Amino acid sequence: MEFLVITLIKLALITFIFMTTLAYLQWVERKVIAHVQVRMGPSRVGPHGLLQPLADVIKLITKEGVLPPHVNAGYYLLAPFLAVFMALISISIIPFGTGIDIPAMTFGGKTFGPYHTMMELASVNMGVLMILAVSSMGVYGIALAGWSSNNKYALLGGLRSSAQMISYELPMSLAIASPLLMAGTLQLRGIADSQAGFYLGFVPKWAIFQMPAPQIFAFIIFMISAFAETNRIPFDLPEAENELVAGFHVEYSSMTFASFFMAEYANMVTVCSVGTLLFLGGWQPLWPAALGSNFVAPAIFLGAGLICLYHGLNPARPFDRYTLPVFAVVFFGLAGLMAFPPLVPVLTPLFWFLAKVGFLLFVFIWIRATLPRFRYDQLMSFAWKFLFPAALLNLLVTGFLVALVS
Amino acid sequence: MDLFFFSLFAFIALICAVNVVLQKHPISSALSLVGVMGSLAVLYLLLGAEFVAMAQVIVYAGAVMVLFIFVIMLLNAGIEEHRGRSWIAKLLGFPAFVALLGLLCWFVQRFFPNTGFVKFGDFTGGGAQEIGYALFTEYLLPFEVTSVLILIAIIGAIVLARKELD
Repeated sequence: MEFLVITLIKLALITFIFMTTLAYLQWVERKVIAHVQVRMGPSRVGPHGLLQPLADVIKLITKEGVLPPHVNAGYYLLAPFLAVFMALISISIIPFGTGIDIPAMTFGGKTFGPYHTMMELASVNMGVLMILAVSSMGVYGIALAGWSSNNKYALLGGLRSSAQMISYELPMSLAIASPLLMAGTLQLRGIADSQAGFYLGFVPKWAIFQMPAPQIFAFIIFMISAFAETNRIPFDLPEAENELVAGFHVEYSSMTFASFFMAEYANMVTVCSVGTLLFLGGWQPLWPAALGSNFVAPAIFLGAGLICLYHGLNPARPFDRYTLPVFAVVFFGLAGLMAFPPLVPVLTPLFWFLAKVGFLLFVFIWIRATLPRFRYDQLMSFAWKFLFPAALLNLLVTGFLVALVS
Repeated sequence: MDLFFFSLFAFIALICAVNVVLQKHPISSALSLVGVMGSLAVLYLLLGAEFVAMAQVIVYAGAVMVLFIFVIMLLNAGIEEHRGRSWIAKLLGFPAFVALLGLLCWFVQRFFPNTGFVKFGDFTGGGAQEIGYALFTEYLLPFEVTSVLILIAIIGAIVLARKELD
Protein backbone atom coordinates (compact mmCIF):
# COMPACT_ATOMS: atom_id res chain seq x y z
CA MET A 1 0.00 0.00 0.00
CA GLU A 2 2.77 2.45 0.98
CA PHE A 3 4.66 1.47 -2.15
CA LEU A 4 1.58 2.04 -4.29
CA VAL A 5 0.87 5.51 -2.84
CA ILE A 6 4.50 6.63 -3.10
CA THR A 7 4.73 5.34 -6.67
CA LEU A 8 1.52 7.14 -7.63
CA ILE A 9 2.82 10.39 -6.14
CA LYS A 10 6.12 9.99 -7.98
CA LEU A 11 4.27 9.15 -11.18
CA ALA A 12 2.13 12.29 -10.96
CA LEU A 13 5.17 14.47 -10.15
CA ILE A 14 7.34 13.08 -12.94
CA THR A 15 4.52 13.29 -15.49
CA PHE A 16 3.73 16.89 -14.60
CA ILE A 17 7.36 18.05 -14.54
CA PHE A 18 8.28 16.14 -17.67
CA MET A 19 5.33 17.48 -19.68
CA THR A 20 6.07 21.04 -18.57
CA THR A 21 9.73 20.54 -19.48
CA LEU A 22 8.76 19.31 -22.94
CA ALA A 23 6.56 22.34 -23.54
CA TYR A 24 9.21 24.78 -22.31
CA LEU A 25 12.02 23.07 -24.18
CA GLN A 26 10.36 24.41 -27.32
CA TRP A 27 10.49 27.92 -25.86
CA VAL A 28 14.15 27.49 -24.83
CA GLU A 29 15.02 26.21 -28.30
CA ARG A 30 13.33 29.12 -30.05
CA LYS A 31 14.96 31.63 -27.70
CA VAL A 32 18.47 30.15 -27.97
CA ILE A 33 18.33 29.89 -31.77
CA ALA A 34 16.96 33.44 -31.95
CA HIS A 35 19.83 34.78 -29.87
CA VAL A 36 22.40 32.82 -31.90
CA GLN A 37 20.94 34.47 -35.01
CA VAL A 38 20.80 37.89 -33.28
CA ARG A 39 16.98 37.97 -33.12
CA MET A 40 14.59 38.41 -30.20
CA GLY A 41 12.68 35.13 -30.43
CA PRO A 42 9.18 34.80 -28.92
CA SER A 43 8.51 37.95 -26.90
CA ARG A 44 4.82 38.85 -27.25
CA VAL A 45 2.91 36.27 -25.19
CA GLY A 46 3.76 36.95 -21.57
CA PRO A 47 7.06 38.43 -20.33
CA HIS A 48 9.90 37.31 -22.65
CA GLY A 49 7.42 35.02 -24.41
CA LEU A 50 7.20 32.77 -21.35
CA LEU A 51 3.53 31.97 -21.94
CA GLN A 52 4.19 31.04 -25.59
CA PRO A 53 4.26 27.24 -24.90
CA LEU A 54 0.87 27.50 -23.19
CA ALA A 55 -0.54 29.44 -26.13
CA ASP A 56 0.92 26.89 -28.55
CA VAL A 57 -0.64 23.99 -26.66
CA ILE A 58 -4.06 25.69 -26.62
CA LYS A 59 -3.72 26.47 -30.33
CA LEU A 60 -2.81 22.88 -31.20
CA ILE A 61 -5.57 21.35 -29.08
CA THR A 62 -8.32 23.58 -30.46
CA LYS A 63 -7.27 23.23 -34.11
CA GLU A 64 -9.32 20.93 -36.28
CA GLY A 65 -7.76 17.50 -36.68
CA VAL A 66 -8.05 16.75 -40.36
CA LEU A 67 -8.26 13.12 -41.42
CA PRO A 68 -7.26 13.17 -45.09
CA PRO A 69 -9.45 10.86 -47.23
CA HIS A 70 -6.57 9.04 -48.91
CA VAL A 71 -4.77 7.81 -45.77
CA ASN A 72 -4.80 4.35 -44.22
CA ALA A 73 -6.84 5.57 -41.25
CA GLY A 74 -6.01 2.89 -38.66
CA TYR A 75 -2.25 3.10 -38.98
CA TYR A 76 -2.41 6.85 -39.58
CA LEU A 77 -3.94 7.32 -36.12
CA LEU A 78 -1.82 4.62 -34.48
CA ALA A 79 1.51 6.12 -35.60
CA PRO A 80 1.60 9.30 -33.43
CA PHE A 81 0.37 7.30 -30.47
CA LEU A 82 3.19 4.77 -30.92
CA ALA A 83 5.78 7.54 -31.31
CA VAL A 84 4.72 9.29 -28.09
CA PHE A 85 4.31 6.04 -26.13
CA MET A 86 7.79 4.80 -27.00
CA ALA A 87 9.30 8.23 -26.30
CA LEU A 88 7.68 8.67 -22.88
CA ILE A 89 8.16 5.14 -21.54
CA SER A 90 11.94 5.36 -21.11
CA ILE A 91 11.80 8.29 -18.69
CA SER A 92 10.25 5.92 -16.11
CA ILE A 93 13.54 4.11 -15.51
CA ILE A 94 15.87 7.12 -15.45
CA PRO A 95 17.18 7.83 -11.92
CA PHE A 96 17.34 11.59 -11.29
CA GLY A 97 19.33 11.57 -8.08
CA THR A 98 20.02 9.74 -4.84
CA GLY A 99 17.35 8.49 -2.43
CA ILE A 100 14.88 10.64 -0.51
CA ASP A 101 14.31 10.08 3.20
CA ILE A 102 10.96 11.32 4.45
CA PRO A 103 10.88 11.48 8.27
CA ALA A 104 7.93 10.08 10.24
CA MET A 105 4.96 12.44 10.44
CA THR A 106 1.82 12.44 12.57
CA PHE A 107 -1.54 13.43 11.09
CA GLY A 108 -4.59 13.28 13.34
CA GLY A 109 -3.19 10.66 15.68
CA LYS A 110 -1.86 8.44 12.89
CA THR A 111 1.85 8.14 12.27
CA PHE A 112 3.10 7.86 8.72
CA GLY A 113 6.57 6.85 7.69
CA PRO A 114 9.48 7.10 7.87
CA TYR A 115 9.73 6.44 4.17
CA HIS A 116 12.74 5.91 1.98
CA THR A 117 12.38 6.11 -1.76
CA MET A 118 14.65 6.43 -4.76
CA MET A 119 14.39 9.24 -7.32
CA GLU A 120 13.14 7.05 -10.15
CA LEU A 121 9.88 5.36 -11.02
CA ALA A 122 11.20 1.84 -11.56
CA SER A 123 14.59 0.33 -10.88
CA VAL A 124 15.23 -2.13 -13.69
CA ASN A 125 18.16 -4.56 -13.59
CA MET A 126 18.48 -4.34 -17.36
CA GLY A 127 18.09 -0.55 -17.44
CA VAL A 128 20.50 0.12 -20.30
CA LEU A 129 19.12 -2.71 -22.41
CA MET A 130 15.57 -1.52 -21.80
CA ILE A 131 16.49 1.98 -23.00
CA LEU A 132 18.00 0.46 -26.14
CA ALA A 133 14.96 -1.77 -26.68
CA VAL A 134 12.47 1.08 -26.33
CA SER A 135 14.50 3.42 -28.52
CA SER A 136 14.74 0.73 -31.20
CA MET A 137 10.94 0.39 -31.15
CA GLY A 138 10.52 4.16 -31.55
CA VAL A 139 11.13 3.97 -35.29
CA TYR A 140 7.75 2.28 -35.86
CA GLY A 141 5.88 5.50 -35.15
CA ILE A 142 7.76 7.44 -37.81
CA ALA A 143 7.89 4.63 -40.37
CA LEU A 144 4.16 3.94 -40.04
CA ALA A 145 3.31 7.63 -40.21
CA GLY A 146 5.26 7.88 -43.44
CA TRP A 147 3.72 4.79 -44.98
CA SER A 148 0.09 5.25 -43.93
CA SER A 149 -0.06 8.86 -45.17
CA ASN A 150 -0.14 7.60 -48.79
CA ASN A 151 2.01 10.52 -49.85
CA LYS A 152 5.30 10.13 -51.66
CA TYR A 153 7.09 12.75 -49.55
CA ALA A 154 5.88 11.15 -46.34
CA LEU A 155 6.85 7.70 -47.59
CA LEU A 156 10.37 8.91 -48.43
CA GLY A 157 10.63 10.46 -44.98
CA GLY A 158 9.53 7.23 -43.32
CA LEU A 159 11.97 5.17 -45.38
CA ARG A 160 14.83 7.52 -44.58
CA SER A 161 14.06 7.47 -40.89
CA SER A 162 13.97 3.69 -40.62
CA ALA A 163 17.23 3.30 -42.55
CA GLN A 164 18.86 6.07 -40.51
CA MET A 165 17.72 4.78 -37.14
CA ILE A 166 18.83 1.21 -37.85
CA SER A 167 22.22 2.43 -39.03
CA TYR A 168 22.91 4.76 -36.13
CA GLU A 169 21.66 2.32 -33.52
CA LEU A 170 24.78 0.18 -34.04
CA PRO A 171 27.45 2.81 -33.22
CA MET A 172 25.22 4.03 -30.39
CA SER A 173 24.95 0.57 -28.81
CA LEU A 174 28.69 0.00 -29.20
CA ALA A 175 29.45 3.39 -27.65
CA ILE A 176 27.12 2.55 -24.74
CA ALA A 177 28.80 -0.86 -24.28
CA SER A 178 32.26 0.50 -23.51
CA PRO A 179 31.47 2.40 -20.27
CA LEU A 180 29.45 -0.67 -19.22
CA LEU A 181 32.68 -2.68 -19.32
CA MET A 182 34.11 -0.42 -16.63
CA ALA A 183 30.93 -0.10 -14.58
CA GLY A 184 30.24 -3.86 -14.59
CA THR A 185 26.46 -3.49 -14.28
CA LEU A 186 23.47 -2.77 -16.52
CA GLN A 187 21.52 -0.91 -13.85
CA LEU A 188 21.49 2.85 -14.49
CA ARG A 189 21.80 3.72 -10.80
CA GLY A 190 24.71 1.30 -10.39
CA ILE A 191 26.48 2.81 -13.41
CA ALA A 192 26.17 6.33 -11.98
CA ASP A 193 27.34 5.13 -8.55
CA SER A 194 30.39 3.45 -10.08
CA GLN A 195 31.57 6.89 -11.25
CA ALA A 196 31.72 8.38 -7.73
CA GLY A 197 35.03 9.61 -6.34
CA PHE A 198 37.94 11.73 -7.52
CA TYR A 199 41.46 11.28 -8.78
CA LEU A 200 44.13 13.43 -7.04
CA GLY A 201 41.34 14.89 -4.94
CA PHE A 202 39.75 16.97 -7.71
CA VAL A 203 39.50 15.16 -11.10
CA PRO A 204 36.06 13.48 -11.15
CA LYS A 205 35.92 9.74 -11.88
CA TRP A 206 33.27 10.17 -14.57
CA ALA A 207 33.42 7.63 -17.39
CA ILE A 208 34.89 10.21 -19.77
CA PHE A 209 37.86 10.67 -17.39
CA GLN A 210 37.91 7.25 -15.72
CA MET A 211 41.04 5.11 -15.79
CA PRO A 212 42.05 2.72 -17.36
CA ALA A 213 40.20 3.76 -20.53
CA PRO A 214 38.76 7.31 -20.62
CA GLN A 215 35.55 7.15 -22.66
CA ILE A 216 35.77 10.57 -24.31
CA PHE A 217 35.59 9.08 -27.83
CA ALA A 218 32.67 6.84 -26.88
CA PHE A 219 30.90 9.94 -25.54
CA ILE A 220 31.43 11.83 -28.80
CA ILE A 221 30.22 8.85 -30.86
CA PHE A 222 27.21 8.49 -28.55
CA MET A 223 26.28 12.14 -28.95
CA ILE A 224 26.61 12.04 -32.76
CA SER A 225 24.42 8.92 -32.93
CA ALA A 226 21.98 10.54 -30.50
CA PHE A 227 21.48 13.39 -32.96
CA ALA A 228 20.62 10.86 -35.66
CA GLU A 229 18.39 8.76 -33.40
CA THR A 230 16.31 11.77 -32.38
CA ASN A 231 16.12 13.08 -35.98
CA ARG A 232 17.73 16.38 -35.11
CA ILE A 233 19.72 18.71 -37.33
CA PRO A 234 22.27 17.94 -38.83
CA PHE A 235 20.65 14.50 -39.27
CA ASP A 236 16.99 15.48 -39.68
CA LEU A 237 16.68 13.91 -43.13
CA PRO A 238 13.22 12.36 -42.39
CA GLU A 239 11.72 15.85 -42.19
CA ALA A 240 14.03 17.79 -44.50
CA GLU A 241 11.85 20.76 -45.43
CA ASN A 242 13.61 21.80 -48.61
CA GLU A 243 13.44 18.40 -50.29
CA LEU A 244 10.54 16.52 -48.63
CA VAL A 245 8.12 19.37 -47.75
CA ALA A 246 7.88 18.18 -44.13
CA GLY A 247 8.78 14.53 -44.43
CA PHE A 248 6.89 11.88 -42.52
CA HIS A 249 4.44 14.25 -40.78
CA VAL A 250 3.32 16.19 -43.85
CA GLU A 251 -0.26 14.85 -43.67
CA TYR A 252 -0.71 15.41 -39.93
CA SER A 253 -2.48 18.29 -38.25
CA SER A 254 -3.52 19.46 -34.78
CA MET A 255 -2.59 17.18 -31.84
CA THR A 256 -1.44 14.27 -34.00
CA PHE A 257 1.09 16.68 -35.53
CA ALA A 258 2.08 18.00 -32.11
CA SER A 259 2.58 14.51 -30.71
CA PHE A 260 5.47 13.89 -33.13
CA PHE A 261 7.18 17.00 -31.79
CA MET A 262 6.44 15.92 -28.24
CA ALA A 263 8.05 12.55 -29.04
CA GLU A 264 11.09 14.29 -30.51
CA TYR A 265 11.62 16.45 -27.43
CA ALA A 266 10.97 13.53 -25.07
CA ASN A 267 13.56 11.47 -26.95
CA MET A 268 16.00 14.35 -26.64
CA VAL A 269 15.54 14.54 -22.87
CA THR A 270 15.87 10.77 -22.52
CA VAL A 271 18.99 10.53 -24.63
CA CYS A 272 20.62 13.42 -22.73
CA SER A 273 19.75 11.75 -19.41
CA VAL A 274 21.27 8.47 -20.58
CA GLY A 275 24.40 10.28 -21.77
CA THR A 276 24.67 12.01 -18.41
CA LEU A 277 24.24 8.75 -16.48
CA LEU A 278 26.65 6.73 -18.60
CA PHE A 279 29.41 9.21 -19.37
CA LEU A 280 29.11 12.31 -17.16
CA GLY A 281 28.73 10.59 -13.81
CA GLY A 282 25.01 11.15 -13.30
CA TRP A 283 24.59 13.24 -10.17
CA GLN A 284 28.27 13.15 -9.13
CA PRO A 285 29.53 16.75 -8.77
CA LEU A 286 32.27 18.24 -10.92
CA TRP A 287 34.57 18.72 -7.94
CA PRO A 288 34.45 17.31 -4.39
CA ALA A 289 32.12 18.66 -1.71
CA ALA A 290 35.22 19.36 0.39
CA LEU A 291 36.16 22.03 -2.16
CA GLY A 292 32.70 23.54 -2.01
CA SER A 293 30.68 21.90 -4.81
CA ASN A 294 27.61 22.01 -2.55
CA PHE A 295 27.60 25.81 -2.77
CA VAL A 296 27.46 25.95 -6.57
CA ALA A 297 23.67 25.63 -6.82
CA PRO A 298 22.82 28.35 -4.24
CA ALA A 299 25.53 30.61 -5.71
CA ILE A 300 24.17 30.26 -9.26
CA PHE A 301 20.58 30.97 -8.21
CA LEU A 302 21.70 33.83 -5.97
CA GLY A 303 23.66 35.34 -8.86
CA ALA A 304 20.69 34.95 -11.22
CA GLY A 305 18.43 36.60 -8.64
CA LEU A 306 20.83 39.51 -8.16
CA ILE A 307 21.12 40.08 -11.93
CA CYS A 308 17.32 40.05 -12.26
CA LEU A 309 16.97 42.47 -9.34
CA TYR A 310 19.59 44.84 -10.79
CA HIS A 311 17.92 44.92 -14.21
CA GLY A 312 14.51 45.25 -12.58
CA LEU A 313 15.69 48.35 -10.73
CA ASN A 314 17.30 49.79 -13.89
CA PRO A 315 14.67 48.71 -16.45
CA ALA A 316 15.57 48.74 -20.15
CA ARG A 317 11.89 48.23 -21.10
CA PRO A 318 8.89 49.50 -19.15
CA PHE A 319 7.52 46.08 -18.17
CA ASP A 320 10.91 44.91 -16.86
CA ARG A 321 10.18 46.97 -13.72
CA TYR A 322 7.47 44.47 -12.75
CA THR A 323 8.54 41.15 -14.29
CA LEU A 324 12.20 40.95 -13.34
CA PRO A 325 11.79 41.46 -9.55
CA VAL A 326 9.32 38.57 -9.58
CA PHE A 327 11.96 36.35 -11.19
CA ALA A 328 14.50 37.65 -8.66
CA VAL A 329 12.27 36.52 -5.79
CA VAL A 330 11.80 33.09 -7.43
CA PHE A 331 15.57 32.69 -7.86
CA PHE A 332 16.24 33.80 -4.24
CA GLY A 333 13.70 31.24 -3.07
CA LEU A 334 15.40 28.47 -5.10
CA ALA A 335 18.79 29.53 -3.71
CA GLY A 336 17.37 29.34 -0.19
CA LEU A 337 15.96 25.86 -0.85
CA MET A 338 19.27 24.66 -2.28
CA ALA A 339 21.16 25.94 0.78
CA PHE A 340 18.62 24.64 3.35
CA PRO A 341 20.68 22.00 5.24
CA PRO A 342 18.08 19.16 5.49
CA LEU A 343 17.43 19.39 1.74
CA VAL A 344 21.08 19.58 0.62
CA PRO A 345 21.65 15.79 0.26
CA VAL A 346 18.52 15.52 -1.93
CA LEU A 347 18.63 18.71 -3.99
CA THR A 348 22.38 18.95 -4.68
CA PRO A 349 22.59 15.64 -6.65
CA LEU A 350 19.34 16.56 -8.41
CA PHE A 351 20.83 19.94 -9.31
CA TRP A 352 24.00 18.40 -10.75
CA PHE A 353 22.01 15.85 -12.76
CA LEU A 354 19.64 18.45 -14.17
CA ALA A 355 22.52 20.83 -14.87
CA LYS A 356 24.33 18.21 -16.95
CA VAL A 357 21.16 17.19 -18.79
CA GLY A 358 20.42 20.86 -19.41
CA PHE A 359 23.91 21.42 -20.77
CA LEU A 360 23.56 18.48 -23.20
CA LEU A 361 20.14 19.78 -24.31
CA PHE A 362 21.74 23.17 -24.89
CA VAL A 363 24.37 21.47 -27.06
CA PHE A 364 21.56 19.90 -29.11
CA ILE A 365 19.97 23.32 -29.69
CA TRP A 366 23.32 25.01 -30.26
CA ILE A 367 24.24 22.48 -32.98
CA ARG A 368 20.84 23.00 -34.59
CA ALA A 369 21.57 26.71 -34.86
CA THR A 370 25.09 26.08 -36.18
CA LEU A 371 25.31 23.17 -38.64
CA PRO A 372 23.60 22.68 -42.01
CA ARG A 373 21.89 19.40 -42.93
CA PHE A 374 23.85 16.41 -44.24
CA ARG A 375 23.14 14.85 -47.61
CA TYR A 376 21.54 11.39 -47.40
CA ASP A 377 24.50 9.43 -48.85
CA GLN A 378 26.90 11.36 -46.61
CA LEU A 379 24.77 10.40 -43.62
CA MET A 380 24.90 6.70 -44.45
CA SER A 381 28.58 6.50 -45.37
CA PHE A 382 29.46 8.50 -42.24
CA ALA A 383 27.62 5.96 -40.08
CA TRP A 384 28.97 2.81 -41.71
CA LYS A 385 32.46 3.85 -42.82
CA PHE A 386 33.54 6.02 -39.93
CA LEU A 387 31.32 5.93 -36.85
CA PHE A 388 30.78 2.16 -36.69
CA PRO A 389 34.48 1.17 -37.06
CA ALA A 390 35.48 3.91 -34.62
CA ALA A 391 32.99 2.65 -32.02
CA LEU A 392 34.17 -0.93 -32.57
CA LEU A 393 37.81 0.08 -32.14
CA ASN A 394 36.96 2.01 -28.99
CA LEU A 395 35.15 -1.02 -27.55
CA LEU A 396 38.12 -3.26 -28.41
CA VAL A 397 40.67 -0.93 -26.77
CA THR A 398 38.45 -0.46 -23.71
CA GLY A 399 37.95 -4.21 -23.30
CA PHE A 400 41.70 -4.81 -23.66
CA LEU A 401 42.64 -2.15 -21.09
CA VAL A 402 39.96 -3.27 -18.60
CA ALA A 403 41.11 -6.89 -18.91
CA LEU A 404 44.76 -5.80 -18.49
CA VAL A 405 44.06 -3.88 -15.28
CA SER A 406 41.74 -6.36 -13.55
CA MET B 1 -0.69 -11.77 -10.83
CA ASP B 2 1.98 -13.65 -12.78
CA LEU B 3 -0.63 -16.08 -14.04
CA PHE B 4 -2.86 -13.20 -15.12
CA PHE B 5 -0.07 -11.54 -17.11
CA PHE B 6 0.97 -14.88 -18.56
CA SER B 7 -2.56 -15.60 -19.77
CA LEU B 8 -2.97 -12.08 -21.11
CA PHE B 9 0.23 -12.01 -23.13
CA ALA B 10 -0.03 -15.64 -24.25
CA PHE B 11 -3.50 -14.74 -25.56
CA ILE B 12 -2.16 -11.61 -27.31
CA ALA B 13 0.68 -13.63 -28.81
CA LEU B 14 -1.75 -16.22 -30.18
CA ILE B 15 -4.14 -13.60 -31.58
CA CYS B 16 -1.25 -11.77 -33.26
CA ALA B 17 0.17 -15.04 -34.62
CA VAL B 18 -3.19 -15.94 -36.21
CA ASN B 19 -3.45 -12.38 -37.48
CA VAL B 20 -0.08 -12.69 -39.29
CA VAL B 21 -1.64 -15.36 -41.50
CA LEU B 22 -5.11 -13.84 -41.85
CA GLN B 23 -4.12 -10.26 -42.75
CA LYS B 24 -4.07 -9.50 -46.45
CA HIS B 25 -1.71 -6.55 -46.37
CA PRO B 26 2.02 -7.29 -45.82
CA ILE B 27 2.44 -4.31 -43.44
CA SER B 28 -0.41 -5.57 -41.23
CA SER B 29 1.13 -9.04 -41.14
CA ALA B 30 4.55 -7.63 -40.27
CA LEU B 31 3.09 -5.50 -37.47
CA SER B 32 1.22 -8.51 -36.09
CA LEU B 33 4.55 -10.32 -36.06
CA VAL B 34 5.97 -7.42 -34.02
CA GLY B 35 3.10 -8.01 -31.58
CA VAL B 36 4.06 -11.69 -31.33
CA MET B 37 7.70 -10.78 -30.65
CA GLY B 38 6.72 -8.26 -27.99
CA SER B 39 4.38 -10.67 -26.21
CA LEU B 40 7.04 -13.38 -26.29
CA ALA B 41 9.47 -10.92 -24.69
CA VAL B 42 6.97 -10.37 -21.85
CA LEU B 43 6.63 -14.15 -21.42
CA TYR B 44 10.43 -14.47 -21.18
CA LEU B 45 10.42 -11.69 -18.59
CA LEU B 46 7.74 -13.49 -16.56
CA LEU B 47 9.85 -16.65 -16.60
CA GLY B 48 12.88 -14.75 -15.23
CA ALA B 49 14.92 -14.57 -18.44
CA GLU B 50 15.49 -10.79 -18.36
CA PHE B 51 18.38 -10.69 -20.78
CA VAL B 52 16.66 -12.87 -23.38
CA ALA B 53 13.53 -10.72 -23.12
CA MET B 54 15.44 -7.51 -23.81
CA ALA B 55 17.50 -9.13 -26.57
CA GLN B 56 14.25 -10.36 -28.12
CA VAL B 57 12.86 -6.82 -28.27
CA ILE B 58 16.11 -5.22 -29.46
CA VAL B 59 16.98 -7.81 -32.12
CA TYR B 60 13.64 -9.10 -33.40
CA ALA B 61 11.11 -6.34 -32.75
CA GLY B 62 13.59 -3.48 -33.06
CA ALA B 63 15.92 -4.51 -35.86
CA VAL B 64 14.69 -7.50 -37.90
CA MET B 65 11.07 -6.40 -38.13
CA VAL B 66 12.05 -2.78 -38.88
CA LEU B 67 14.06 -4.12 -41.82
CA PHE B 68 11.04 -6.19 -42.94
CA ILE B 69 8.81 -3.13 -42.84
CA PHE B 70 11.51 -1.07 -44.54
CA VAL B 71 11.64 -3.54 -47.43
CA ILE B 72 7.83 -3.76 -47.69
CA MET B 73 7.64 0.04 -47.78
CA LEU B 74 10.50 0.26 -50.29
CA LEU B 75 8.86 -2.23 -52.68
CA ASN B 76 5.47 -0.63 -51.95
CA ALA B 77 3.82 -4.05 -51.81
CA GLY B 78 0.05 -3.84 -52.15
CA ILE B 79 -2.80 -5.96 -50.86
CA GLU B 80 -2.48 -9.63 -51.68
CA GLU B 81 -4.84 -10.76 -54.39
CA HIS B 82 -7.14 -13.68 -53.75
CA ARG B 83 -6.57 -16.57 -56.04
CA GLY B 84 -9.05 -19.41 -56.15
CA ARG B 85 -8.20 -21.97 -53.50
CA SER B 86 -7.94 -25.55 -54.64
CA TRP B 87 -10.70 -27.92 -53.47
CA ILE B 88 -8.08 -30.18 -51.81
CA ALA B 89 -7.09 -27.32 -49.51
CA LYS B 90 -10.74 -26.60 -48.70
CA LEU B 91 -11.49 -30.26 -48.06
CA LEU B 92 -8.38 -31.34 -46.16
CA GLY B 93 -7.24 -28.07 -44.55
CA PHE B 94 -9.03 -28.25 -41.25
CA PRO B 95 -8.72 -32.05 -40.71
CA ALA B 96 -5.00 -31.86 -41.47
CA PHE B 97 -4.62 -29.01 -38.98
CA VAL B 98 -6.39 -31.02 -36.25
CA ALA B 99 -4.30 -34.08 -37.07
CA LEU B 100 -1.07 -32.06 -36.84
CA LEU B 101 -2.14 -30.59 -33.49
CA GLY B 102 -2.97 -34.08 -32.20
CA LEU B 103 0.38 -35.39 -33.35
CA LEU B 104 2.17 -32.54 -31.59
CA CYS B 105 0.29 -33.23 -28.35
CA TRP B 106 1.09 -36.90 -28.60
CA PHE B 107 4.81 -36.19 -29.08
CA VAL B 108 4.91 -33.90 -26.04
CA GLN B 109 3.02 -36.48 -23.94
CA ARG B 110 5.25 -39.28 -25.16
CA PHE B 111 8.69 -37.69 -24.74
CA PHE B 112 8.20 -35.18 -21.89
CA PRO B 113 5.61 -36.88 -19.66
CA ASN B 114 6.78 -35.51 -16.29
CA THR B 115 7.56 -31.88 -17.09
CA GLY B 116 4.93 -30.55 -14.69
CA PHE B 117 3.77 -26.95 -14.33
CA VAL B 118 6.00 -23.91 -14.67
CA LYS B 119 6.42 -21.94 -11.43
CA PHE B 120 6.85 -18.23 -11.99
CA GLY B 121 9.79 -16.68 -10.16
CA ASP B 122 11.69 -19.95 -9.67
CA PHE B 123 14.35 -19.22 -12.22
CA THR B 124 16.82 -16.44 -11.36
CA GLY B 125 19.78 -17.16 -13.66
CA GLY B 126 18.56 -14.95 -16.51
CA GLY B 127 20.74 -11.90 -15.90
CA ALA B 128 23.45 -10.64 -18.24
CA GLN B 129 26.22 -11.98 -16.00
CA GLU B 130 24.86 -15.54 -15.89
CA ILE B 131 24.27 -15.57 -19.64
CA GLY B 132 27.80 -14.30 -20.23
CA TYR B 133 29.35 -16.99 -17.99
CA ALA B 134 27.28 -19.70 -19.66
CA LEU B 135 28.22 -18.51 -23.16
CA PHE B 136 31.94 -18.36 -22.49
CA THR B 137 32.30 -21.55 -20.46
CA GLU B 138 29.75 -24.28 -21.12
CA TYR B 139 28.55 -23.19 -24.55
CA LEU B 140 31.80 -21.72 -25.88
CA LEU B 141 32.04 -23.97 -28.95
CA PRO B 142 28.44 -23.46 -30.19
CA PHE B 143 28.81 -19.72 -29.54
CA GLU B 144 32.00 -19.43 -31.61
CA VAL B 145 30.63 -21.69 -34.34
CA THR B 146 27.52 -19.48 -34.56
CA SER B 147 29.68 -16.36 -34.89
CA VAL B 148 31.64 -17.99 -37.73
CA LEU B 149 28.34 -18.96 -39.38
CA ILE B 150 27.11 -15.36 -39.17
CA LEU B 151 30.43 -14.14 -40.60
CA ILE B 152 30.03 -16.52 -43.56
CA ALA B 153 26.47 -15.26 -44.07
CA ILE B 154 27.67 -11.63 -44.06
CA ILE B 155 30.42 -12.38 -46.60
CA GLY B 156 27.92 -14.29 -48.74
CA ALA B 157 25.50 -11.35 -48.65
CA ILE B 158 28.26 -8.94 -49.71
CA VAL B 159 29.38 -11.23 -52.56
CA LEU B 160 25.78 -11.56 -53.83
CA ALA B 161 25.19 -7.82 -53.58
CA ARG B 162 28.41 -7.03 -55.48
CA LYS B 163 27.45 -9.44 -58.26
CA GLU B 164 24.20 -7.51 -58.67
CA LEU B 165 26.10 -4.23 -58.94
CA ASP B 166 28.53 -5.36 -61.67
